This record gives sequence, structure tokens and C-alpha cells, in this order.
Amino acid sequence: MSQSADKILDHFNLFREPEYKEMFAKKKAEFEYPVPAEDLQHTIEWTKTADYREKNFAREALTVNPAKACQPLGAVFAANGFEGTLPFVHGSQGCVAYYRSHFSRHFKEPTSCVSSSMTEDAAVFGGLNNMIDGLANAHSLYKPKMIAVSTTCMAEVIGDDINAYIKTAKEKGSVPQEYDVPFAHTPAFVGSHITGYDNALMGVIKHFWDGKAGTVPALVREPNDSINFIGGFDGYVVGNNREIRRIFDQFDINYTMLCDPSDAWDTPTDGEFRMYDGGTTLEDTANALHAKATIVMQSISTEKTAAFIEAHGQEVVHLHHPVGVAGTDKLLMELSRITGKDIPEELTRERGRLVDAIADSSAHLHGKKFALYGDPDLMLGLTAFLLELGAEPVHVLSTNGNKDWAEKVQALLDASPFGKNCHAYPGKDLWHMRSLLFTEPVDFLIGNTYGKYLDRDTKTPLIRIGFPIFDRHHKHRYPVWGYQGSLNVLVTILDKIFDEMDNDTNGIATTDYSFDIIR
Amino acid sequence: MSVTAEARVTGAELIEEVLKAYPEKSAKRRAKHLTVHEEGKSDCDVKSNIKSLPGVMTVRGCAYAGSKGVVWGPIKDMIHISHGPVGCGQYSWASRRNYYIGTTGIDSFGTMQFTSDFQEKDIVFGGDKKLEKIIDEIEVLFPLNKGISIQSECPIGLIGDDIEAVAKKKTKEYDGKTIVPVRCEGFRGVSQSLGHHIANDTIRDFIFDKVDPEKNKFVATPYDVAIIGDYNIGGDAWSSRILLEEMGLRVIAQWSGDGSIAELENTPKAKLNILHCYRSMNYISRHMEEKYGIPWVEYNFFGPSKIEESLRKIAGFFDDSIKEKTEEVIAKYKALTDAVIEKYKTRLQGKRVMLFVGGLRPRHVIGAYEDLGMEVVGTGYEFGHNDDYQRTTDYVKDGTLIYDDVTGYEFEKFVEAIQPDLVGSGIKEKYVFQKMGVPFRQMHSWDYSGPYHGYDGFAIFARDMDMAINNPVWALTKTPWKK
Repeated sequence: MSQSADKILDHFNLFREPEYKEMFAKKKAEFEYPVPAEDLQHTIEWTKTADYREKNFAREALTVNPAKACQPLGAVFAANGFEGTLPFVHGSQGCVAYYRSHFSRHFKEPTSCVSSSMTEDAAVFGGLNNMIDGLANAHSLYKPKMIAVSTTCMAEVIGDDINAYIKTAKEKGSVPQEYDVPFAHTPAFVGSHITGYDNALMGVIKHFWDGKAGTVPALVREPNDSINFIGGFDGYVVGNNREIRRIFDQFDINYTMLCDPSDAWDTPTDGEFRMYDGGTTLEDTANALHAKATIVMQSISTEKTAAFIEAHGQEVVHLHHPVGVAGTDKLLMELSRITGKDIPEELTRERGRLVDAIADSSAHLHGKKFALYGDPDLMLGLTAFLLELGAEPVHVLSTNGNKDWAEKVQALLDASPFGKNCHAYPGKDLWHMRSLLFTEPVDFLIGNTYGKYLDRDTKTPLIRIGFPIFDRHHKHRYPVWGYQGSLNVLVTILDKIFDEMDNDTNGIATTDYSFDIIR
Repeated sequence: MSVTAEARVTGAELIEEVLKAYPEKSAKRRAKHLTVHEEGKSDCDVKSNIKSLPGVMTVRGCAYAGSKGVVWGPIKDMIHISHGPVGCGQYSWASRRNYYIGTTGIDSFGTMQFTSDFQEKDIVFGGDKKLEKIIDEIEVLFPLNKGISIQSECPIGLIGDDIEAVAKKKTKEYDGKTIVPVRCEGFRGVSQSLGHHIANDTIRDFIFDKVDPEKNKFVATPYDVAIIGDYNIGGDAWSSRILLEEMGLRVIAQWSGDGSIAELENTPKAKLNILHCYRSMNYISRHMEEKYGIPWVEYNFFGPSKIEESLRKIAGFFDDSIKEKTEEVIAKYKALTDAVIEKYKTRLQGKRVMLFVGGLRPRHVIGAYEDLGMEVVGTGYEFGHNDDYQRTTDYVKDGTLIYDDVTGYEFEKFVEAIQPDLVGSGIKEKYVFQKMGVPFRQMHSWDYSGPYHGYDGFAIFARDMDMAINNPVWALTKTPWKK
């Protein structure tokens, strides 16, 4: 027996004790009927080969370890960005349990969201009663200012008309007639979580601008000098939105952040649970129609919303998750152009500091090879930044990126000498990435938490940037946008490079001549 | 008025108060799920296993979660396809901590996400052709897999796909390979629970009834038992198995944590099925009793009192040599548990706990808390049935608040009023209560710790509860300059 009250061993060490190791070996040998060791070894090696890669890339139907989630997740994200808003997902209830868990594991925060809990009878007769009762219950219990409705694939497959259902529910008194219930269809079998974000955000904006589903006259645009900002589906929303506010404040710009869950996903522990906190006010959402222009930080994540805003007469500035010097320059110069205001001196100094930091560290970045995967806009931003650092983004993969996205990545790669021999992989998954890492190895991998399996299998050190990050804490509190945010990204990358350098040179009397005290 | 009678009155008032927030119709329905336990009753007197109300923020999941997430997912040498859109498999990917040993991606697949990633055209034209192709691709790229299960997501049953026909066809094509179609669409039933049942039935139909009993050349002994309903969360099944082996028993299968398909296939040769999670695997245990005459016994490996009782209960099915060894095992671990209790009891004595979990835990962990001098003052099941609530009466004291399928609103209000020293529930609840300044432990995932089963696990359990309750951070939640 290895366990003792003095030194309690948990799963990290308990199962390495001899009595457990012996037990595991016996279980395997006597009861698991394992594949012969030589077959196992042979297959392990085979999966590392070009032959396996070819077969792996020939896949047409199977997806293994994708880097994307489904639409309603993004819809819940978007709803959570509005003042006092309760996300309401119409369909099966298990989905909502999954979205809430998923966000809570990333942000380490509560995520409130309700389901209309449809079951077999609703599959046959439609979910009207679920909508009627669901809105009434949610409204009575949780007293939201607004309920934002989206749908699961179940409701979409059976074709529930949620617009009509909401109207009927209002007639039945579930919520007051004038109560705001924007909605969006968010079928899980189209696009990904970023599509759901886009649809749901557009649903909310459309509700306020276009006459609340035909119940009031549409608003008439009276242009003013305000600027709208839309961040897109963003795992760093807590840190990023605060950083963006700081930048806008330095410019002294009137602005509306359309969808801002940065407070809802960062409430204090002070004895009170705040189900709602912060967020874009409903009034500001309506008034955003009158803004001079809208900055869209992740265009691919906000395609339809951007088009909707443009159709209402506003200029839209399309960005792709800018990270780094040139990316942030563009953001600030666009802000300056639109508002006619000079770029504040303090931000100019921050730019210089970022350039200073890059210059200080570039010897360790130059020519380093990277593989990266994640949402399409994030990939464009990071690819541009890596090229700026003199690093080589060899494999750029996005499960929810399409051909257009790949062309955009290719254009970035073609424009830089560091982009030679680098490629974009649209619609591929992390099992494809595994083959890429074995057949064309790189120095580092950038991705979300699931990349740790690739790190383990291929020994490519993982730098955690993306969504979700489950196994490191508080990263979402630090921005990755603006010059300050870019500095955070730079340091995150450098920390891993230096850690690996030390790990690789700490062999006593073998490699530790390079175990330098100054790097 | 006695203390417990007082608790009953306060509890009843609390329930009444909470129900006021609902629309009338809903209040009536929720009232049936909430009660204050009266000692001596054979039932908790709550309604259970019925539909959750729409819009109330139930904690419950779905049938897919019960089948793929709980029962089938941990079988490590099979590939489990999340069949339908991408999300379900993504959110349940490796999040349940079913530990296993194996080379992932080569001979084991537990922490991987295989999905058919349905697109609109699959909904319109059906997904059967795609499923066939997926199975072919799996056979090429993962040649050492020992079986495939098809875990249906919502659309499958709605668009009329015939996954049974695909499975049958491919089984034939791949020389009798085990391919299991599972109809666990998320809209079926009212919670995870039906998913467990459906998954149990598919093990019966596609493993027991289809596989040649002589396939594995298995040599039985009089001491063969199978662990049923332990998902090896944080290694629970391992810290249980070690005790059974020390008793002289031979554990021929683990269902399903760190389990393999051969273990499932050989289970009908067991002499006794020992059942931990009654809720999720009583179905298959009853089936094996009826069909193969294998008795089954429920046990509880949380905390020394219940472990000791359970070890003797299991030993009761065997001869004296086992019974003797069992006493030796109990004696062997006595020093450890005494030391653990001595170390932690003074720090935890009298602390009050509220639970809301799934499966067996709302009752099973109560003994472990009591071993540490703690008291469970409220408990409830996410997806329990009436037989769970009946079993609960053996564990709970008079005046305990019982809440079935608790809603977010109710749970928050109950905790606010009762002010327990610890709440044990899930990830969705964790941060709500921590914000309120209430210590919390996730009692599904063991909050990334564990194991909690067995004697080795009890030490960790005690340490973790102490760590949560006596964390210095709770002294910091009140801002000193705020009144």
C-alpha cells in the first residue's frame, strides 16, 4: 500500500506505484486480449509515414478531432454580450448543458442559458408549447431584459417557425407584447460556431433596427459620428474588449461595442452571483444604426452581420483578427481615417515598444517553423504576425476555413519571403495536422487545448492560443489585440521557445554547456 | 421543537417561497419534485424521471450524453462515431475523465472525437452513404480498432436514416466485425437516463447476442466478478479493482471505464456482477441475471464505513477463503483510514454539505462525508428514478432537503437560504456558488482530482474536501471597506 495520510497520492502519482502497475499489466494480459506488440509498433510507425498521410488526406467522409464547434454555441456567445440578456436555445436540452459546460471550462465562469427542452412529442408536433412555456418560465424566474432565441439542429430539422412561435407566445402572455425577443436560426449542420455567432448577432441587430419582427416601424438612420465595434467569436473577449475600450478612449471616440460579454464572463467573487453583468445596452444596440461606421474585427466570423450593416448605409471596415505591428497599424489608421482624429501619442509610443520588443527577441524567432490551427480570422492574424516576426507559418489549418480563406492565407504567404513553402489547409482537422507534423515537422505548434494530443504524439511543443483553452487558467483575461495584446502573444510564444531551449540543453555533462544564463 | 423538526419546517417554507417565482402552472409541477425528507418513510416522495420544464435552466443532458458520454465512450479499443453535426462530439470530447491505458489513435481511441460532421446535404439526402464511407475510412486509417459504435445525434432519428442497415451491411463486409448502431438521439427521453438504457440494450443485442461465446478462449474460475457501472473517473475503477483482487477475486471486466470489448464479451462468464452505478447499468445487470443466471449486488466504495460494508456484502457470495481475505483487507487499510479521519475530522466536523449530482452519487457519497464528521443537508438527482429515491432513504436524515432535477433558480435560492459549508455539483454550478463565497467541489469530474473510490480514493476525497472548505480565499470574498 502506497497511500498514506501524511503524503496523499492522487491520480498523478498513485497509479505509478508498483501495485497499480502490476495490476494494469495483468488486466491487459489476461482480459483485454490486446493486439500483438509488434502490430502495435508497426501501426504506430506507419501512421508517421507519407503513405499514411496520403490515405489520411484522401478522407472524404470521416472527421477526426476537428477544430470547430456548432452554430448554437456561437449564438449563446453573442446573446451573452447584451445587457441583461438570457440566451434561450430552442430544441433539445442536452445541447444547452454542453454549451454551458464548454464556456465554463474555458472562462472558469458561470454561463447562464436556458433550453426549451424539446422531446419526442415536440419532434412530432413541433415545439410551440415548449416556446410558450419556456419563455414564460424563463421570464418569470430569471427576469432578463431580453431573451435571445436560437435553435438546435433538432428544431431546424423539424422546421419550427420560431418567429411565429414567439409571436404566439406573446399572444398567450408568456412575455409582454413589447418585450424584446430577437431570434436567429442556427442549424448545427451549417457552418460552425462562428456562423452561429454571426446569425445570432445579426438577429439581435435586425430586431432593433428593422422594426422588431414587424411589430414597430423600422428605425430610420440619422448618421452621427459614433463608431461601432464588433469583435466576433473570441476566446479572449474579456481581455480584448477591455483593451479595445482603452484604445477607443485614448482616441476619445464615441463608440458602441456591439456584443460585449467581457463583464458577464468576468464577474468578481465577492459574495454575490451576478447572472447578468455589463453588456451592450438595448438602447445602444438600437442607436448603433446611426453610427458612421462599424469596425468588424473578424470578418469571416461576422460575414452576414457586416453585409446587413452595410445594407443599412454604414461603412464597414473588414479586418481579420489583427495581431502584430502592421495589423494593429491598420486598425488604428482606419479608426483615424473614419473619425478624422489623429492617432494618440500614447498609442504611437506603444507601437514603438512592441517593435522594440520584437527587435530584442528576433534572433530567437527568425526562421522558426510553426504549425497553427484555429478559427479562420485568428489564423489570418497570427499568420501575418509570424511573418512579421521572421518566423515561418509552415502549416496553417482551419477546420471551419473555406477556399476563400485559404486564398487569403496564401496571399499573405506569397507576400513574404518567410512564407515560401508554407501552405493553408482549409476544412482539415487535427488528425490531418498529425500527419503534417510527422511528415513535415516544425518547431512549434500553435492551437487550442486539444493540440496537447498532437504535442504528445509528435513532440511538437504546443503554444496555447485559441479557443477553447481548458487546461491553462486565465489566458482569456489577457488581450491579444492592439500593440499590448500583440506583446502578450509575442511573450507567450517566446516563453515556450525559451522553455524548450532550456529543456533541450539541461543534460548534465552532455548538453548543458548551452544551458545559458542569458538568452 | 427538535432540531430536525425545525429543519423540516424551514425547508418546507423555503420550498414554498421558491415556488412563488414560477408561473402558476409550473409551480404546481415543480412542487412535486421538492420535499423535506421525513425519517421512516420508504420513499423520498418526489416525482422523478419526468420531463424538465422548458426555460427553467435544468442541469440535465440528453440520451446521447448518456450513451456516448457515459456507457459506450469509455470502451477504449472501439471507435465511437458521433453521428450527426459536429457539436455533440466536440463538447463531450475527453471531458469526462474516463482514464484508460492504451496508445491513443492506434489501439485506443477514448480521448478522440470521431464525427460524421453532418452538413445540410446530409440532412436533405440522408447520411447513410456517408456513414458507410466513414466506416470504410476508419478501417483503413485505424486498422487496430476492435469495433465501432454509431452514436446517433438528434437529426438521425428525424431524417429517417437506417443506421441499423448500414451496421449490418458493414459487419458482413468486414467479416463479422462488431458495429453497433445506437439510437440515442438527444430528444429521446427526458435526460441522460434513457441513453444509458438504450446503450445497455445495444450491448445486449450487438455484443452478447452477436458475438461467438468461444471467441476469446476464456477460462473461467469460481472467483470471477465484473465491475459494472464504474467509469474510472480519475481512476476510480482502478482503486476499486485493487481491493477486489486483494480479496482474492478475479475482475474479468470493467464496465466501462478502462474497459475493452473483450471484457464486455466475457462478462456473461462472471460468477457475480458487482454494480456501482445502479442508475446507468442496472438494465444489463438484470439482463445477465435473467439470461445467464448471474447474480448482481450493489456496492458503495465511498468512505470506509460503506467500503467495509460493501466488501463483506460482496464476500458473502463466495467461500470462506474469500471472506477471510476480505477481513484481512479491511484490517490492512484500517490504519490508513484512521489516520485520514484523524487528520481531517477535526477540520471538517459538523460542516454541512449540499449535493446535486447524477447517477449514484447523490446518495452514495453521503457515507464518506459522514465518516469525516460532516452532514449532508440537501441532495437531489439530475436524472434519478423512483428506485433511486427509495434507495436514498437509507442514507439521508430527517429534515434533509430533497430536490429532483433542480433548476438554476431553485438551487441558488436553496444555497442562499441554507448557507452550507460546501456544495458538491457540476461545472455549470461551480462558479455560481464560488461567486457567492460558498466552497465547491465538482462531484462529477472530481474537480480534476481523484480517484475517490476505495480506500486510496478516500484519502484524496478527504484532502480535497478540506482543501475546498478551508481554503483561505473564502476569508477574502468580503470587501473590508464595504458594509
